[in-house]
Amino acid sequence: MWLYYTRLAWLSLKRHPLLSLLMSGAIALGIGAAMTTITINYLMSADPIPEKSDRLFYVQLDNWSPNEPYDEPNEPPDQLTYTDATALKAQAPAQLQTALAQSGGVIEPQGLGKEPFLARLRLTHNDFFTMFNSPFLYGQGWSDSADEAGDRSIVLSKSANEEIFAGENSVGRTVRLEGKEFRVVGVLDEWVLKPRFYDVTTGAFNEMEDAYLPFKLKETMELPNSGNTNCWKMPEGEGFKSFLTSECVNFQFWVQLDSAQEQQEYMSFLNAYVEEQKKLGRFPRPLNNRLTDVMGWMEHENVVDDDAEVMMYLSLMFLAVCLLNTIGLLLTKFSFKTGEIALRRAVGATRMQLYQQQLVETVFIGVAGGIGGLILAALGLLGIEYLYGDQVKDLASLNLPLLGIGILLAIISSVLAGAYPTWRTCRIPPASQLKSE
Amino acid sequence: MSQIGPIFRALMRNKVGALLIALQVAVTMTIIVNAIHLINARGDLMGRSSGLDEANQFYVTSVGYANDFDAPYVIDTDLGGIRQLPSVDDAVQINAIPMSNGGWSMGLQTKAGEGENSVPTALYMTDEHGLNTLDVELIAGENFKATEISYRDRNTRDWPQSVILTEALAKSLFPDLSPTEIVGQTVYIQSNEPLTIIGIMDHLQAPWTGWTTVNHSMLVPNKFDSPYSRYLVRAKPGQREQAIEQVEQFMKQREVGRMVRETETMTQVRMDSYRGDSALQAILWTIIVVLCIITALGIVGLVSFSINRRRRQIGTRRALGAQKADIMSYFLTENVMITSVGVILGIAGSIALNMWLVSSFNLPRLSYIYLPIAMIAMWTIGLFAVWGPALRAAQISPAIATRNV
Repeated sequence: MWLYYTRLAWLSLKRHPLLSLLMSGAIALGIGAAMTTITINYLMSADPIPEKSDRLFYVQLDNWSPNEPYDEPNEPPDQLTYTDATALKAQAPAQLQTALAQSGGVIEPQGLGKEPFLARLRLTHNDFFTMFNSPFLYGQGWSDSADEAGDRSIVLSKSANEEIFAGENSVGRTVRLEGKEFRVVGVLDEWVLKPRFYDVTTGAFNEMEDAYLPFKLKETMELPNSGNTNCWKMPEGEGFKSFLTSECVNFQFWVQLDSAQEQQEYMSFLNAYVEEQKKLGRFPRPLNNRLTDVMGWMEHENVVDDDAEVMMYLSLMFLAVCLLNTIGLLLTKFSFKTGEIALRRAVGATRMQLYQQQLVETVFIGVAGGIGGLILAALGLLGIEYLYGDQVKDLASLNLPLLGIGILLAIISSVLAGAYPTWRTCRIPPASQLKSE
Repeated sequence: MSQIGPIFRALMRNKVGALLIALQVAVTMTIIVNAIHLINARGDLMGRSSGLDEANQFYVTSVGYANDFDAPYVIDTDLGGIRQLPSVDDAVQINAIPMSNGGWSMGLQTKAGEGENSVPTALYMTDEHGLNTLDVELIAGENFKATEISYRDRNTRDWPQSVILTEALAKSLFPDLSPTEIVGQTVYIQSNEPLTIIGIMDHLQAPWTGWTTVNHSMLVPNKFDSPYSRYLVRAKPGQREQAIEQVEQFMKQREVGRMVRETETMTQVRMDSYRGDSALQAILWTIIVVLCIITALGIVGLVSFSINRRRRQIGTRRALGAQKADIMSYFLTENVMITSVGVILGIAGSIALNMWLVSSFNLPRLSYIYLPIAMIAMWTIGLFAVWGPALRAAQISPAIATRNV
């Protein structure tokens, strides 16, 4: 019986090929546009570390000026001073916590024909690799004692290891960085975080680092600042040391807290720490410490681009236009078929059967539109990649859940478009249309 | 015009069809008005002048890594060599590239002391060749002297005595004085350190194109003692490509323990800086065009069907004496009536969407000039779409009235 309905639908669609094409084409364009922008938004707002994003917390302390907040209304700075980052790590009340900083330096690979290159560096503590589930290809992170002493240990990214050691297991070998010899303790496997949540201060979708070094080297090797440095008063005194002891913020801090109780305890620890510092004349503002989990921090830092959101809403409206278009066309088309439908009713078809017959026809249009829409979305994403270049690298690709959303959207769209015209057509009383013609 | 009554009554018999077209027109107009508004807002951003001679400028980065790397020596000899090259007009070491979105900002105040009102500005460190290399003109005062230029490193906390400000920055600091009066005034950096304004330059953008005070820039007579060094080069007019080649060749053949990173032209810097804006424009234009086509095709489809359904009535009207023009004008008038309803809804929709965009995304407010333009555009699209079907309707032979289907 369904087979028969399918044939009927097919015949009906074939009778007006241009119109059928127009209807499914409109749905395809609408879905194509909507899926392109939904994909971008979905990937931008994706949870980069779903297995523990609610247990990792970003730490903010308000060391800012007594005269004005860092940001209205009374927002604490988005980074910490070197003093606070090292103190929080040294006192370490939680099991896992790490300070982070961006830096850069020249790596000189040994061997013929190898050019020195400027490497993106991440200064951090060894808890980093455990907390953020970094995948290791060879070796592992450095030891606690390396953290404390500031050993010249280094963990390379997969691509840096390929550049320097042609991808071999380089654990135990040495790398020349900023004119100093470093011992390789680990090599990471392919690791891409979108967004790179642990440091979004210079852009949430920046590339991952080439190498990871113990945090203490910031001080001992006087490694340069990267990223944003903000100061409410200038460092006092001379030399690099004066920057490290200043009120300038350039460092991030993350802590892993597994239960609500640990969170509370850590918050009390932070408050006690700041109270202690107040006695030393620092932290002139009222107590304003924050602990924010990964997704909360992504929200706070406005990781999803406003333009992407605006485009998504506009393209959903665009889909609405396409649906209105299809509803109008279907309505007119079905009203043209009233004679045929009345005849069927007169010879015994029930309303239900007729309803099903019309529905098959709309589903046809919907499915064609959905498939076309997904193809258009794939093209649309290529277009976005072409327009935005590296800015959207890895953010413009369809994956399985997105295909699901696309198909769901197509079905909902076609049912929305088909429901009213079908319902209205099937209300025709039998024989009423047979009289006149 | 006498047709309006009957057309209206005929429309009322197919309310839903007409309403759908009207809604489609309304939503289309809502999107188009807001999209064009966004396109123009971004166009205004991109159209701002940087103050540079972008077509002839580029920058190149040198990173020293050797243990015995002597930054001041390399910088001075690099600049000396580059300035000698035949295709090069001038060159400077500079700490930040305009429009590159990375740089250094400080606050200036007219009164010394902590907590005094301060005006933010971008800071460019250059030598006496800065004005010429950047292509900015002095409108008052004078340029730095070669003897004034000093080296600083990242731990230097004090400042040279003289600075050159953009006119916009000078006006923000001293709203009541003219540029010539501002020359010689003192401003304070880091709350208490005095700087003397020796010159006012016409215009130079800060490195951050999205900054609210993007026209606030200041030149400081410093060179930066660091292994990481950027040179901004201005080629002789039209000789940028030769200059890039000569500069790269010159720098790479010097063996001083550094790497030379790839050159970037100011044209590329501008493109990268405004890439998101131009991409948004391109996407919105695509949406507008496709939307107009879909709406037009939808109208064509609906009108064609309703004409098909009314073939006999049309034939009958023709048989009773209606001219072809009467039939045409019937459908055109019908379309204008439907579109007008859509346009009125569209005005409300456009304003509502804009209000929402303003409050949720901080986008600029709609200028009302777009509304009449969009209304005319929608009517034109409607008439354009209905023209073909209406023309065919007018061709229907009067004899059809006498036929049975």
